[in-house]
Order: sequence, then structure tokens, then C-alpha cells
Amino acid sequence: MLSSQIKSNEIVFGSCNKDLLEEIIFYGIGLGADFVEIFIENTDNSSVLAEEDFITSVSPSFGRGAGIRIFKGKKDGFVSTNDLTKHGLMRSVSQAIEMLDITENKREVFNGLNKHRDYSLSKKNWINEVPSIHEISEKLLVSTKSLKKNNKIITRKGSYSRNLQEVIIASSDGTYVSDIRLHQTVGLNVIASDAQYRSSGSRRFGSSGMPNEFRLWDHEKASNDVFESSMNMLYADYVDAGQMPVVLANKFGGVIFHEACGHLLETTQIERGTTPFENKLNEKIAHESVTAIDEGISEGSFGSLSVDDEGMEPEKSVLIKDGILKKFISDRAGELRTGHKRTGSGRRQNYSFAAASRMRNTYIAKGEYSKEDLINSISEGLYCKSMGGGSVGATGQFNFAVEEGYLIKNGKLTNPVKGATLIGEAKEVMPKISMCGNDLELAPGFCGSISGSVNVTVGQPHIKVDSITVGGR
Amino acid sequence: MNSREITTQISKAADLLNLKKWDYGASFSNDYSVQVDKGEAKQLKASQKQILTIRVWNQSNLVGITTTSDISESGIQKALKQANIASDFGNKNETTEFSPLAKDPIKVKEVKKRNPVGIKKLLTVLREAEVKLLESHESIKSVPYNGLSESFFERVYANSEGAFRSYSKSQAALYLYARAEEKNKKPRSSGSVKLGYGADDIDIESCIKEASNKTISHLNYSTIKTDKYLICFSPDSFLTIINAFSSMFNARSIIDRVSLSNKNSIGEKLSTEALNIYDDGLHEKNISSTPFDGEGTPTKRLCLINRGRIENFIHSESTARIFKTTPTGHAGLGSKVSVSPDWIVVEKSDENFDLKTSLDHSTYEGEFVYIEELNAIHAGVRASQGSFSLPFDGWLYKNGKKISIKSATVAGDIKYLLKNIVNIESSQEVTTGGISPHIWVDELSITGDA
Repeated sequence: MLSSQIKSNEIVFGSCNKDLLEEIIFYGIGLGADFVEIFIENTDNSSVLAEEDFITSVSPSFGRGAGIRIFKGKKDGFVSTNDLTKHGLMRSVSQAIEMLDITENKREVFNGLNKHRDYSLSKKNWINEVPSIHEISEKLLVSTKSLKKNNKIITRKGSYSRNLQEVIIASSDGTYVSDIRLHQTVGLNVIASDAQYRSSGSRRFGSSGMPNEFRLWDHEKASNDVFESSMNMLYADYVDAGQMPVVLANKFGGVIFHEACGHLLETTQIERGTTPFENKLNEKIAHESVTAIDEGISEGSFGSLSVDDEGMEPEKSVLIKDGILKKFISDRAGELRTGHKRTGSGRRQNYSFAAASRMRNTYIAKGEYSKEDLINSISEGLYCKSMGGGSVGATGQFNFAVEEGYLIKNGKLTNPVKGATLIGEAKEVMPKISMCGNDLELAPGFCGSISGSVNVTVGQPHIKVDSITVGGR
Repeated sequence: MNSREITTQISKAADLLNLKKWDYGASFSNDYSVQVDKGEAKQLKASQKQILTIRVWNQSNLVGITTTSDISESGIQKALKQANIASDFGNKNETTEFSPLAKDPIKVKEVKKRNPVGIKKLLTVLREAEVKLLESHESIKSVPYNGLSESFFERVYANSEGAFRSYSKSQAALYLYARAEEKNKKPRSSGSVKLGYGADDIDIESCIKEASNKTISHLNYSTIKTDKYLICFSPDSFLTIINAFSSMFNARSIIDRVSLSNKNSIGEKLSTEALNIYDDGLHEKNISSTPFDGEGTPTKRLCLINRGRIENFIHSESTARIFKTTPTGHAGLGSKVSVSPDWIVVEKSDENFDLKTSLDHSTYEGEFVYIEELNAIHAGVRASQGSFSLPFDGWLYKNGKKISIKSATVAGDIKYLLKNIVNIESSQEVTTGGISPHIWVDELSITGDA
């Protein structure tokens, strides 16, 4: 008796919370909300840092909270709280209703929650299947040790993080789902130094829903790659600035498409009026060699999910087909405010953010050329083997650092160069992607935007951009 | 549970686990924010958050840590257990202790704490601000990025040796980023951010005026030829670059070998003798000031560069012990304690005879590039290498005319930049990130977007 009373008055993970959730939603609808959504999460995270030959940081964290979103017309009120009791959740609903100043008597109908869709059933043991801190520490230390390949390497770091997120999503359209998400990521970094010369190298790997993945991670290949990158760049000259053709490598080279174009295809950008592609559906916005996809279904990819943060299963969205704009990435608010159908892309960092339309696994599809074909087609240009971070301004201008670059002369790779930055605008650069390679590969990353930092995958084959501004010295 | 009760709970739970030494940091906050879109409320947001970070020392004096948002009795017990487990993996190579200053008296300026004005008033104020900004110029078509928020929070530090510090305060922020469009021209965008202790303290009119003026001033733009230019950094942009390379003054970064400085760099000449730089978290203009850091060490004013030479590094407890000095109040509580600056203040020193004082951004008639705002810092700065390549908003001054630059990046090396400061203007400006005058630097590379 006591047990059931407790359950009915507080969210309990792993139990049926249907009655309590329905009561909360009924309460919101009864107060005049058009739509009520409850997102509840319970997290169990851990991170480990190895520096040189020591573990220098082990950081477990856990938490729980709820985000409640109320829609009235096209506006919404969002309240987040750590209080998962019935009283706390109802107080949050009241607060959202009060913020929206809802006074009219019109009532929406809520017919109760649908049958529970439980995506977590096969995932409940993940927490016991992931590597222990001890196992992680050992492998990280082996990895940082293997980075010590010569005395020019002055810092060596290996980092691991694991995020386990249990979610419950319920809303007044009947949605009632549960899921468990697991993300693991591991990275290696070095700094090399010789007299006045300095360089760095880094690589990050990540997966979703694969508890065993860290054990399978090839740390030797990763450390060789990072070491070679830092050595290649150690004595590199600064690149001369100018307009030139570039070849962007596959994997993380896709970050440019993600940042410069992908974000402009999110409905949040239409809502703000900040995308040049708003009225370009079914029009040509890119070179005909470009087909671009955003999906959340590739098994194990960092941006994959069983269900989005609004309870919708993710779909594969062909954003651009042969250069023609076909679709925008949309969430519930995006559909409400822009008319673009939801794509299972409503995502958020955690309970303290309202979901927004966000990318998942986003990439340019493979073409027909080899990497050599692309490089051979350029007499003078730049090969961007590894990209650093970048950003896009409010008017669509982007700027990306090239972490590892090489000059192309007469169709051949020559000297390494540092300090290069790629500058442009998606609208102008997309039509200049004239060749796509046949070597599509994906890479994990974190994307920060309106609903916080979410796990994503970027990717592309090698691509050639006919002309772009390269910043340098 | 209030902060005293949390301390008692942790003490009891630690006793059960036979943990004699522990400390914690906690924060509790209530935040409210609004966004609008052409007069309509877009998203209204409220959040209640609590975060507790507990460190424990095991019998081998190794430290373990856990962070949680569950501040119930069971949550605290679980956090202590997790921290105790994590302590088995504590860093044997570098020990951590309590700050020796964690019980020192704190120089606290008058705490300016305001009462909430409420979501409705925030919404009304922001709606009016948006309307005024839209009406300020016919080319301003929207204010796509806007927000008005107020936060009320309490921070606590306590440890098992009886240190206990807490403070509570309020803070409000307004940001308005306008987008201007004219036929056959690229859209231009710029904005302004203002902070206050409460929403009623924010200078809304100046935020509107600044956002409007900055946006409109970029409407007539032109490309810039890729070349080397004489540069004038605005106070905001100079502070941005100093903060981006603050690892030069950061003892943690020096120990980790990701800084351009080393343990022996105190006294190294970095710049003209006319340059002084301080970190002054308690400055009266710093609305985000905190009286103590994550380890309970009091915040204080610290000279980083004195007459062009490195004077001090910023420290946590452990870095200070390694450097045989005292903590400076710049620690962030974590498994590996972080170190970061609070609020940078740039000044002209008395030794300013070598400056070219004819360089004044409001009167100089020669050619120069004025950098108003630097962008994409996370992407374009290589702090461990000293290099930067950053997009910026700014103008080219030439032949007595001021032309907005269409799109460009400035690239260089921080040590070169500091060594080539040719003037430090007299008048300082307060920004959200610190205080600085305009700073002139000779010969930096600018790449224009053709």
C-alpha cells in the first residue's frame, strides 16, 4: 500500500508512471493549454582523463529532472525542475500556464496516454555491460603511452566519457514512450614542440547504443594517426591567404556542411528568418553532384536514436537531392510555426532545454570519384585533411579552421601548411562543390545550439570546392 | 534542504562511510527568460536548478568526486559513495588539499540582490524593446536573436574543517541582435548585450541604440584587400583576445604544458612597458562578481602584466602549492581543479612614453582597420601554439572615410600582437567581459572575402 502511494506521487524510473503522467497532463489541459509535453530524465554519467602516464580525473555524475512544455497557439512556455514529485510537476505546469497568461475557457481534449512504447526493454543491462572505470583507465593509459613516440611530443592526453540517459516522454497527443540512450566517446590529443615550432593533433571517436564499443576501439591506429598529424604539421609554414580550389577530406570534413548548410535547413532558422533557403524548396541550391542526408537510424552512429526527445521515431531525411532542396529538419514547434512536417529531429541536451529541430547523422552522399581524381584536377589549391572547429554568423557566413592542410601543386600534394581558415557562405559555396568522392565516412561530434549540446555525426566523401576564400597570413 | 542542512547531511553520511575529509560546492538557482518574435511571445522559460559537487579524501589521501542534482538525503548518500569509489582512481601524481585561505575573511562589496520582476514584465519590456529597435531604421527587418532573463542564485562552499561560505545574488541580461536587409545587398546583423543586477537596472535604451547603430553602420559594406594593416582593437575585441590566450597567465595550463609561458616566465617582457593587465573579479563594474572561488579562496585583484612584464599567474590550491605561492581565487571545483580568470582589466601604465598617441580611433585620419568584435573564438584560437585566425566585424578607415568590411579574418600570433602594441588610448570602456581602452597594433594580416 505504501509502495503504490509513493509511486503515484513521484516519478519512479523503471515503473509505470502512466497514471501520474496522465494526471499532470489533464491538469495542464484543464487549465487551458493546447498541448502539454512532459520530458523526464535520469542520467548516470562518467568521465575519465589520462594525462601522460597518470589518470588525473575520474568524474562520475548523476541527476534527474523534468522539462514541461505547454503550447498555446504558436507560443510556448517551458519550465524545468529537479522536483519529480506530483506536487513539483504540477507546480511547473501551473508556472508555464501562468507565464503564457492563459485565461480563455476553450479546452482541448485529452483522451489519455496511448499504449506505452518502451524502447528501453533491450537496453536495461547496458549499465552493467559498459567498461568499468578500471578497464577504461587501463586502456587510456596504454593509449597515452603509445603516443610517446619521440621526445617532440610534450603533452599526451586521452579522455573518455560515457553518458547513460533514461527518458520518459509523455504528451497530450497520447505519446507515451521510454528509452535508454548510451553514448560513449574517446579522444586522444597531443602537442608537439621543437624549439619555436609547435603543433597539435587530436582525434575523437564515438558511438551510441553500443556498450562494448570502447573495448573494440583501435587505440594503436588512433595514436598513430594523431602522432603523424602532429609531426606533419610541426614545421609547417603559414598558408598564404587567397581564393583557391580546395579538397576537403572525408569524415570530419563534413563539419562544414553541418555548420554552414545543415543549420540553415533546421526549421528554427525559418522561424527566425535567418536562412536564405526558406523559400527554396524544390529549387536548386547546390551543385547537381550534391545529395545531402540527415538521419537518426544508422546503427551505432553518434547521432542515432530510437526515438527523438518528443517521442517520434527518427526518419531518414533527404535534404538535398542532386542539388535540389527537398526537405527541412523539423520538430514539433517547427511544424506548428512553419508547416514543415516533423522528421523525428526534436532534440535537447537534457531536461532543462525545450526540444528544437536539430541534426542527427548528417552527411553528403558519396559520388563517383576517387580522392586522387579530385586532387589531380587542381593545379594550385589546398587539401584540408583535418578540420578544426568553426562557426556560422547570424547572416550565414562561416569560418572554419584547418587543423592539417597541404598545398596542392599540379595535381599533387606538397608541403604541409598551417593557419588556414576557410571562409564563405553556404549559399555561395554549395553550388561550387563540383566533385564528390566515393569514400563516404562519418565522424562523431557535439553540436551546440538553441537546445544545448547534442551528439551528432558529420560526414562526407572527399569533396572538391572549385573556389573558396582561404584565410592565412 | 538549505545549505546548512546539506552540510549537516554530508557530515552525517561521511561519518557512516568513515570519510574524515570532504568538501563540497553547491549552487541553487531560479532563472526566468523570454524571447519574442515580431511582438509575439515566442518562448517563455523558467527553471529551478540545484547542483551539488562533493569531494572526498580516502585513507590514502586520494581525492574522489561526484556531481549530482539530487539533493535528497539518499542523493547525498549516493554521491558520497560514488565519490568514495572514484577516490580509488585519485591522482597520485598531484595531490589536492583544502585551500589554506578557505576560512579567511572575505572582502565582499555590497551584495546587490533584486527581487524578480516576473515573466509578464520581462515580456512587456522585451516586446517594447523589439518594437523600438525595428522602428529605429527602415532596413532593420527583424530581431532574430533576442532575450531578456533574470536569475537568482545562491552559491555555497563548505568543508569538513569547518569552512563555510555562501552568497546569493541576482543578475539580469538583455541581448538584442538585429538583422538589416537592403535590396541587392547581403543581410547584415549586429547587436548588443547589457547586464544588470535586476531587469530594472538594465539600460534598455542604450542596448537598443547600440544594436541599431551597430547594425546600420554595417549596411554599406565593401570587401577588403588581403594585406597587412594597422589595427585598432575595440575594448571588447582586445579583451576577447586576452581572455582567449589567458593560458599565458594560468598556472594549471603551465603545469599541463599547454601554455606559452613556463614556471620561469614571471618577469618575462611580453609587451610595451605601457601595458598593465589585471584580473579583478571584485571590480565594482563586474556584475558577475563572486566573492570566493570553487575551493573557497577569496577572490581578489591580481596584477598579471605590470609594465609589459608578466607579474603573476592565477592559481588554484594545488598549483599554488607547486609554485610555492598562495591560491589566488581562480579555482573551479572538479576532479581536476580548473583555473580560469574572472574579469580582465587593461590599463595604460605610467611608463607610456613610447606610445604613438596620435593614434586615436576617433580622430586618426590615416588608413587602419577597426576591429569591433571578434567571432568564432573556439574555432580560430590555438592557445597552446599562440596563433589565431578569427573572423571579425569592423571597418576600414581610409581617406577620412569609414567603410564596413564585408567579411574578413584577422590572423596572427599573440606574442607578436602584444609586442607590436603601438598605442593604448587613455579612455577605458566597460564591457560585459572586462574593462579596456582601445588598443592599436601594427601590421596584422587581414584576409578579405572576395
